[in-house]
Amino acid sequence: MAFLSYLISGLSLGSVYAIIALGYSMVYGIAKMLNFAHGDVIMIGAYVSYFAMTLMGFPFYIALLVAVFACTILGVTIERLAYKPLRQAPSLAVLITAIGVSYFLQNGAQLLWSASAKMYPNAFGNGQIKMFNGELSISYTTIITILVCILVMICLTLFINKTKTGSAMRACSEDKGAATLMGINVNKIISITFAIGSGLAAIAAVLLCSQYPTVSPTLGSMPGIKAFTAAVFGGIGSIPGALLGGLALGIIETLTKAYISTQLSDAIVFAVLIIVLLIKPTGLLGKKISEKV
Amino acid sequence: MTMKKLLKGGLAAVMALSMYACSANSGGSSSSDGGAIKLGMSGPLSGGAAIYGQAVQRGAEIAIEEVNEAGKVKFELNAQDDEADPTKSPNAYGVLKDWGMQVSLGCVTSGAGSAVSADYQNDKIFAMTPSGSSMDVILNSATNEYYGTVFQMCFTDPNQGVASADYLSAHSDLGSKVAVIWKNDDNYSTGVHDKFVEEANKVGLEIVSDSTFNDSNDSDFSVQIKAAQDSGADILFLPIYYEPAAAILVAADQVGYKPTVFGVDGLDGILGVEGFDTSLAEGVYLLTPFSADATDEKTVNFVKKYQEKYGEIPNQFAADAYDVVYAFAKACEEGGVTADMSASDIAEIMVKQFTSMTFDGITGTGMTWAETGEVSKDPKAMVIKDGAYVGVQD
Amino acid sequence: MKKIFDKKHISRTTTYLMVVIAYIVLTILQKTDNLGSLFSSLLVPVCCYIVAGIGLNLNVGISGELNLGQAGFMSVGAFAGIIISGLLSPIISSGVIRLIIAIITGALVAALFGYLIGIPVLKLQGDYLAIVTLAFGQIIMSLINNFYIGVDNNGIQMSFVDNKLNLGDGGRVLISGPMGANGVERISNFTMGIILVIISLIIVYNLMYSKQGRAIMAARDNRIAAESIGINISKTKMLAFVISASLAGAAGALYGLNFSTVIPTKFDFNTSILILVYVVLGGLGNMKGTIISTTLLVLLPELLRGLQTYRMIIYAVVLIMIMLVSNNDQLKNMFSKVFAKNKKGVEDVS
Repeated sequence: MAFLSYLISGLSLGSVYAIIALGYSMVYGIAKMLNFAHGDVIMIGAYVSYFAMTLMGFPFYIALLVAVFACTILGVTIERLAYKPLRQAPSLAVLITAIGVSYFLQNGAQLLWSASAKMYPNAFGNGQIKMFNGELSISYTTIITILVCILVMICLTLFINKTKTGSAMRACSEDKGAATLMGINVNKIISITFAIGSGLAAIAAVLLCSQYPTVSPTLGSMPGIKAFTAAVFGGIGSIPGALLGGLALGIIETLTKAYISTQLSDAIVFAVLIIVLLIKPTGLLGKKISEKV
Repeated sequence: MTMKKLLKGGLAAVMALSMYACSANSGGSSSSDGGAIKLGMSGPLSGGAAIYGQAVQRGAEIAIEEVNEAGKVKFELNAQDDEADPTKSPNAYGVLKDWGMQVSLGCVTSGAGSAVSADYQNDKIFAMTPSGSSMDVILNSATNEYYGTVFQMCFTDPNQGVASADYLSAHSDLGSKVAVIWKNDDNYSTGVHDKFVEEANKVGLEIVSDSTFNDSNDSDFSVQIKAAQDSGADILFLPIYYEPAAAILVAADQVGYKPTVFGVDGLDGILGVEGFDTSLAEGVYLLTPFSADATDEKTVNFVKKYQEKYGEIPNQFAADAYDVVYAFAKACEEGGVTADMSASDIAEIMVKQFTSMTFDGITGTGMTWAETGEVSKDPKAMVIKDGAYVGVQD
Repeated sequence: MKKIFDKKHISRTTTYLMVVIAYIVLTILQKTDNLGSLFSSLLVPVCCYIVAGIGLNLNVGISGELNLGQAGFMSVGAFAGIIISGLLSPIISSGVIRLIIAIITGALVAALFGYLIGIPVLKLQGDYLAIVTLAFGQIIMSLINNFYIGVDNNGIQMSFVDNKLNLGDGGRVLISGPMGANGVERISNFTMGIILVIISLIIVYNLMYSKQGRAIMAARDNRIAAESIGINISKTKMLAFVISASLAGAAGALYGLNFSTVIPTKFDFNTSILILVYVVLGGLGNMKGTIISTTLLVLLPELLRGLQTYRMIIYAVVLIMIMLVSNNDQLKNMFSKVFAKNKKGVEDVS
C-alpha cells in the first residue's frame, strides 16, 4: 500500500513537471530555443497568485486566472524585448539571453518581494479520500493536480490539431520558411506560443505551490531544470512526449527518494535520462532527425 | 571587427559606470562621521540565503544607531554580499579590508565564514560572527588549532545537539521514538544532527527514522514525512531553519501526522513566515536563546524598532547581530578602543576584553567567552502556544 | 621573428603578449601593495575560469558541441586536487610541488571522466548532447555531494551516502560530503595560474592549427562531408572533449586549492552556464576573446558592489544588453553611430 501511495504522489509531482515541460517543449518546437527563463516565469506566477489570494483575498480560481493573465503578458513581453531581436542570431546568443532574463527575474523578485520565503495558502483544503479501509489516503490537492494536468493535455491537443492557429503552429515547427511562404505570420505564432507556454507555467505554479508551499525567488529553477529534462526525456517538441516524460520523471524521482535514497534521487533521475537518450537519441516519443547533406 | 570593438567599448563603459558607482557609494556605510570605528560584515545579501544576511545587517544597523546616539563609542558599518558562498567570501573580505575595517561581524553563514577565518587570524582583525555556528568557523580543522581572533555570539552546533538530546531524555512525557529530518548540505543542520544522534545513543533515546533533504530538494517533503509517520515516531526533531520547517509542518498536516515537533534556535522565526498558518506550529518546542515575544525592556525596544523600520518581526539572526554590536560597544568602551587605533591593536584588546567580561544582551544574560571563541549562555526551552512563544517552566 | 608576426600567427602572438604583460603589470602592482585585497583575491579565480573557458571554447567553438557540464569536470579536478594535496601534505612540505602534482592529477582524473562520459555523449547531437552533458554535470555534483573521504594512521577511509568515516589517531577528514572540503591548505598562486593559462593556450592553439584541429573543425562545419573524406569524426570529437575536460580539471585543482572551504554545489549547473557565458561573449573559437570576457565578467559583479542590492539585477541587464547589441543588426548600427561620433579620429590611429 505504501508503494501505491508513493506512486500516486509521484504521479502528482509528475503532472506538474508535465505542464511545465509542455511550455519548454512548445517553445522549443516552434522557436527552436531553450528558454531557460521558463522556470522563473513559474516563480512569478506563484508570487502573483500568492498575492492575489492573500492581499486581494481572491478565491484560488480567480487567483489562478490572474496569474495566468500576468504570466502570459510577461511571457509575451520577454519574447518581444529579449528574444525577438535575436531571431537571426546564433542559438547560443539566444540561450545566453534567456539566462540573463532568468537572472533578471530572480533578482527582480528578490528586490520586490524580499528573499524570505512565503507560505502558499492551502487552496484545496486538507480533505482526503480514503480507500482500502483507510490504508490508502489521497489528498484533494493530489487529485486536482492530476485532473488539471489531464484537462490541460486534452485542451492543448485539441487546440493544436483542430484549430487554424494550431495547424499554423505545427507548420512553423516543421519549416518556418515554408510556413512564411504559405502566408503564416511566424512572429505572431511565436508570440502565441510564448503566451500559451507562460500561461501553462502559471497553472503549474499554482499546482506546485499547493503541494509544496514554499514561495521564494529561486522557487522555479529546480522544477525548471527537471521539467526541461522531462521534455527531453519524452522527446522535445512533442506534446504527448512532455506528458509521458513529466509523469515518468515524477514517478522515478518519488520512488528513488522512497526506496533508494533521498540524497541520490537527482543523480538517478539524470542517469535514467542518459540511458533513455542512448537507446532513443531523440527521447521516448521524439521524431527521428533526418540529416540533410 | 567593429562588432568586437563595440563590445569592448560597451564593456568598458559598464566598467567606468560601475567604478563611478563604487566611488560614489562605498557600500552600505550607515554613517560616515569622523571618529567612528569601522565595522565590517559579510553575508548573503542576494540569492537564496539573503534573508539571513539582511536580518544580520538590519539588526546591526539598529544597534549601531542606538550606540551612536548614546555617544560613548561610534561605529560605522560596511556590509558586503558574499552570497553565502565560501569562494565569494574572500572577495567580500578583500573589499572590507581595502575599506579599512577595524573590527568585524565576520560572516553570517558558517561555510562562507570558515573560508575567511584564517584571513582574520593572519591579518589580526577581531571578528565575532552573530550566526556562523559551525566549529569550522573558530577551529582550523586541518591543524586542530583555534583561530583565536574569531569569536561567536551564537551557540556552536554540537552544543545545541547535545542540549536537545538531553532535554528530550529528561522530558520523556513528550515521547520516546524520535524521527529526525535534517538538511545534509548545511553545516548548521549537520553539526546539530550528528551530535544529537551521538548523545541520543548515550542517553537512550530511540531514533526510529532519520532522513535528509538538501538545497535542490527543499520543497517536497512528502517522502520524509511518510517515512517518519510509518516508523511510528512521536517526536519529530528538526535541526533546521524555520523556512523548510514551515514547509515540513504543512506536509505533515496534509497527511494528518501530528507528532511533537522539537527544534533548535533555527526554528525561531517560524511564526513570522508570511502566509504560514501558525496554528500548525501550535505545540512546537524549541531550544533558543532569543524570543521576539520576550517582555524584557531591551527585547521589546528592539522588536518595536525593527518592526517600524523593516515591517517584519526580527529573527534570531537579527537579535544576535544586535547583541554583537552592543558587545563590541561594551568591549571598546571598557578597553579604551578608539577609532584611530590599528585593527591589530584593537584585536588584542578585544580578545582580552571578551575573555574577561560578562555581557547581558537580548539573546541571553551572563554570557562569557572562552579563549577558543565559543560563547557560553543558556538555551531556553520555548513552546508555541496560541501563536506565541512561551517559556517552558521546568 | 618574422614568423610569429605574420598574418597567421599575429593573433596568437598578441594573445600570449597580452597574458604576459597582464602578469607583469599585476605582479608589480601586487608587490608594491597597490592592487588591494579584493583584486588580489580575484587573480587566481580569474585564471581558473579562463583556463576552464579556453577548454570549453575548444569544445563549443572549435568542435561545435554545446557542453553544459564543464563545471562537473572542474569539480572532479578540484576535489581530486584537494585529496592528493591533503594526502601528500605530511610527505611533501613544498606547496609548489604539491600544487603541480595536484593540477596534473586534477587534469588526468578529469580527462578520464571526460573520456568515459564522452563515449555515450558524443553519440548524440545538438541539444540532446547538451542536455546529456548537463545531466552528467548534475550527476557528478550529486555523487561528490555524497562522498566522504578521510585519512588516519591506518590509511585512507572512504564512505558513500552516509558519513561512516570512523577516523582513528591522526585522523583528518579531506572531503565531507555536501560540506565539501574544509581547512584546505591554500597553496595556489597567481604565477601558477598564469602558467596554466599559457599552457592551455599552447595546447589549444597547437591543436587548432594542426591536422587534427582542421579535422575537428571540418567535422563541426559539415559532419557528412568530413566523414566522406575519411575523417574519423568520433575520434576527433573525443580528442577535443577530453582535452577540454582535462583543462577544466586542471583549472578546478587550482581553484580548489585557492580556498580554505570548497563545497560541491559550487560546481553546479549555474557555474557551467557562467563559463559558457564567458565563452560565448568572448566569441566562439576566439581564445583571446575568452580571456578578455572572462576577466571582465568575473570583475563586473565585484565592481558593481557599490550598487548593493541592485548589483545582480544590473549584471543581468548588462548581460542581456550585450547579447542584444552584439547580435542584432539594427541595434548594432544604432550603437555604432553613437560610438562613431564619439570616436572620430581615434579610429584612424588604431
